[in-house]
Formats: sequence, structure tokens, C-alpha cells
Amino acid sequence: MVSRRIVAGVDAGSTAIKISLFDGQKVENFTSPTGWNPGEATRELLREAALSWETGIDDLMYIVGTGYGRVCLNFIHKDLTEITCHARGAKYLFPGARTVIDVGGQDAKAMLITAAGRAEEFIMNDKCAAGTGRFMQIMANRLGMDVADTGHITLDHLDSVCVINSMCTVFAESEVIGLLNRGFSRAAVIHGLIQSAAERIATMAARIGPLPPVVFTGGMAHNLALRQAIERKLGLELIAPEAALYAGALGAALLAWDMADAQNKGE
Amino acid sequence: MADTFELLRQVKEQGRKVVGVYCNFAPQELILAAGALGFSLCATKEEPIADGEKTLPRNFCPLIKSSYGFAVTDKCPFFLYSDIVIGETTCDGKKKMFELMSGFKTVYVMRLPSSYTDSDSLAIWLKEIVKLKEYLETQLGVEITKENLDKAIATLNVERKMLKELAGLMKNDPVPISGQDMLKLMWGRNFVFDRDEFIEQLQLVIADLNETVAAGQGAFPKGAKRIIVTGVPTGIGSEKVIKIIEDCGAAVVYLDNCSGMKSYETLVETDKPALEAIAEKYLNIPCSCMSPNPTRMQRMVELIDEYSADGVVDITWIGCHTYNVESRVLKSFLKANKDVPFLQIETDYSQGDSEQIKSRVQAFLEMML
Repeated sequence: MVSRRIVAGVDAGSTAIKISLFDGQKVENFTSPTGWNPGEATRELLREAALSWETGIDDLMYIVGTGYGRVCLNFIHKDLTEITCHARGAKYLFPGARTVIDVGGQDAKAMLITAAGRAEEFIMNDKCAAGTGRFMQIMANRLGMDVADTGHITLDHLDSVCVINSMCTVFAESEVIGLLNRGFSRAAVIHGLIQSAAERIATMAARIGPLPPVVFTGGMAHNLALRQAIERKLGLELIAPEAALYAGALGAALLAWDMADAQNKGE
Repeated sequence: MADTFELLRQVKEQGRKVVGVYCNFAPQELILAAGALGFSLCATKEEPIADGEKTLPRNFCPLIKSSYGFAVTDKCPFFLYSDIVIGETTCDGKKKMFELMSGFKTVYVMRLPSSYTDSDSLAIWLKEIVKLKEYLETQLGVEITKENLDKAIATLNVERKMLKELAGLMKNDPVPISGQDMLKLMWGRNFVFDRDEFIEQLQLVIADLNETVAAGQGAFPKGAKRIIVTGVPTGIGSEKVIKIIEDCGAAVVYLDNCSGMKSYETLVETDKPALEAIAEKYLNIPCSCMSPNPTRMQRMVELIDEYSADGVVDITWIGCHTYNVESRVLKSFLKANKDVPFLQIETDYSQGDSEQIKSRVQAFLEMML
């Protein structure tokens, strides 16, 4: 009996784990929070995912790991960076994409990609969390909101506009407190924070000379307010595919498929 | 280091003079011809930075803060035992640091022009060289004779040729030693007490590595990706990025920065008056403090071919304005003239960003697969 050929792409991010299973035709995505033990949490999600495809981790043909947690995954065959995986995943989600902007929990990055879905140039934020999902999450929590809800705040909801100048998460929090004390509404402060994060991301992306079409991936891709703010600052449309969160995992799965193929041919 | 303190104390007791230098622009021939020992004080360790920040602004580059921190705390034996410290007006941060330093040390600052392409610069720099010679003679109570100067030029030219020969061994695939070990070898040159002995050591290392090459052995497997490292000086304590590149499986085949090969590329010419030849050689060091700096760009294109490089990594310290700006220039020059992958890493001496740098370097290497 020929066993079913299944590969997995595992993206162990700082905030969420994303997994894509691929059998050459069908793709399915899974996600769960990363928690405090990324290695265990990732293994558990992969076990559940594999089970739902009526297989086990050991029977997967090839597993590629990516994301910050990739170094603690002892069950993968190969680890690749988020850059390489997102490039490939973005090309799959939106064929013809030339630029990818990814805003995840811990970092933000932008890359130019080739027609084959390979990164040819990239830039990432430095060790500070400014302009990342974490920045927005901390600020939203400070304001008693879920980060997902911040995306619905547009200029139409505001009677006043405020500007956040601090890029540092700690300083921005002090600035937020100051603005609230001065009587600015919660919506106005959130709007200011989103503009600040968008400015940071757009300035970074501008350094690689982004070309259309631009695909927006990562956990923050479906935050409408952030997306529109980046679009305005860059002067380019951002396309956020439905599975934007899974771009890294999908890319990893597709690369796993290629590697499994190469391995078979080698044998 | 305790041994170095003792060694230097003894050397001083015997009457030897010690001259500390920070940059490659300080003409070492003059120090050698004055019969003094010359050592590099350019600091590469994180530890003294906190002491440096007690006086200097935090947003200075780590190299200046570390250097100053070593100086004010007497933790660097070479600074402590220096009779004279030579500085140059390379960048604003150093220039002002030397001003503060002169409050507690004998510091002599050379006025370095900011261009080697401008026709007036050489005459200005030659005057500075002449002034330094006179200063050393007065301060150290010696005469720098023509004979001693010619001898010093010859000695240091031999060193440069040998270092070039050593670096050239890295053209082989596999490379005979790692970039990290090459860095240590180059680093050693900053603290040479006996130059003849140093040349002998270099001869042994070169012979050794030639055997490694002949045996087809190497520090990395044949076919490993080959990276040229350029940018700011990096030494023991600040070799983080070089280590990360090699931990990711690529070989650092050439250190282009001023702690590497930058000042060994050219010799002091011997067919013209000594001081003129010295002025010419040193002014033409392609440091980013020169504006513009075409030699660095053109040479990089040649190096990529000579060393069959797969990529260039430009290390720039946070706060080093000239190298940070020049990274843009180098990037676009390489894009137009030599399409190889280019990565700038802006960092400092701390380890806090190692994982992020590792991700960047790994992604950079994956682009070459």
C-alpha cells in the first residue's frame, strides 16, 4: 500500500503557532496560542492536526519549521527563516506578488520577492518591538480593548485626533496615559497608536523600495485600520489574503514538499 | 591581562616609551622610528561601556564609549602605560572624546582631512605628519633619523605584504581557517612588542596554512557560502556578527574593515621622500570618515571576484554615522556594479540582539541557496 504523502509547515511564532498540512493538492491550516512552552505547544498542535488527517507526526514525510520557536522544535527535518517561508507563502496566496509586508507578534518585516517566491531583499525591525503586534497588544490592553477590535477604529469615529510620538512601547504607554489625562477619547488614542505603528512599518518598508502588488501577511494583516494607515503612508495598496496569518506556515509546507521531492529523487 | 600590566611595567622600567593609537591613520612608522612601542587602544569590549557612559552621551557608538571607559578606569594596560596617546579627527565623537581625554592624559590629535580625492588634502596631511614627527621627537627626547624611518617603513611594509599573503590564503575553497581565527590573528598585531618576532610568527602561520590548503583541508566544508565582512572595526569582544555568520555555516573569507585588511592593502612607497610617502599611504585609507569614499566601493567589487564571495555583510555600530550612511552608498554601488546579496547589520557590543541577527543572517544565506 502506498501511504499518503503529507508534509507540514510549522510556524512557531512569538504569539501564535500556525501549522499547514499539505498533500500536494489540499491544504489545511491550524493555529493555537504559543504559551510558555513553544516546543510542547507546537508538538501538541501538530499531533492534533495530523490526527485530523488520520496520520501521526512520525508519518509526515517532511516537516519544515520556521518562526522564533523553530530552534526548539526537535521533530522537524529542517528549519528555515520566516523570510524564506513568508516569501514562498505569499507567492502561493497571491501569485505575482512582488513585495511582502509581514507584521507579527514580535517583529515586522518587508521583503521583495521573485516570481518564484524567493526573497531577494529584506528588512526587519531591530530588537525593539515598536510597530509590531506586541506593541499594539500592550497598548490595546492598557486601554481595556482586545487588539483585534482596534482595527475597526477609523477617522469617522473621532471628534479629535492625537499623535503618539514615542516608538518605544514603554514610553508610548506613558504618552497614552498623558493623553487620556488630557481628555482624549480611547478611540482617538488608539487611532494615534495605529498611525504611529503604521509610520514605523511604512518607513521600514520604504527602504527596500516596495513594488506592487504588495501582500500583507501575519497576525496584524486583518487589522483594517493598520492596513489602511500603511497604505496611505506608502501610497501602495496592501492585499491581505484570507489566510494571511498562515503565510509562514504555508510557505514552510510548500518548501517541505519540494524538499521531500528532492529527497525522493536523491534516493 | 594581569601579565600584560606586569610586562608593560617592566618594559617601561627599561626606559622604553609607549605610544597608544586609536585609528589606522596614526602613522606607525614614526612611532617605530622613534624607538617607541606602538599599541592600538581601539576598544572592542562591552564591559567598560557603562564607565564610558558616565561621561559620554549614551547614543555614542560603542567603540568610543568602550575606549573612553577603558581609559578613565585604568583597566587597559596599554592606555595606562602610554606616554602619549595619538588621536585623529576621524569622526565628531572621537574628536570630542579626545578633548575630554586630554584632561587626564597626554593626547596629541592629528587634524585629518575628510577627503583623499580633494587635491589640497595631501599637503595639509603632510604638514600634520611633519608636526607629529616633531612632537614625538620633543616629547620622547629622540631624533627620528632618516635611517630609522627607512628601516621602519621597510619593516612595516614586510608585515603588510605578509598579512596580504595570509589573507590571500582565504581565496581557497575550502578556506584553511575560519574568519574568527583570522580575526584573532589580525587582532594580535595590535599588541606586538617585538616586530621581528611577529614576522617570524606570521611566517609560521602562513607555512602552516599552506600545508592545510595543500592537504585539501579547511575550517568549513568545500562549497560553504563565502562572505566578505566590511564596515566598522570588530575585535575580540565585538566579533558577535562574524561568529553568527560562521555559526550559520558560512565562511567569512575576508575582513575588509580597519581591524582587518583595510590598512594593509597598500604599502608606503619607497621611491619618494619618506614623509610624503607616509602621508600619501595613510590619507588614502578608505575609511567612511572620508567623503566621498570611492576607493572602498571600487575595491569591494574587486574583492568579491578575488575571493569568489557569495555575499557581503556590512557591520555598522549604532551611533557610527559615517559607516551607517555609507552602508546605503555601498549597497547601491554593489547593486549597480556587482549583483551580490548585501546585508547591513546595525548593532552594538551587547548580546541582546543575537537571535534577531541570527534570523537575518540565516535568511540572507537562504537567499543564496
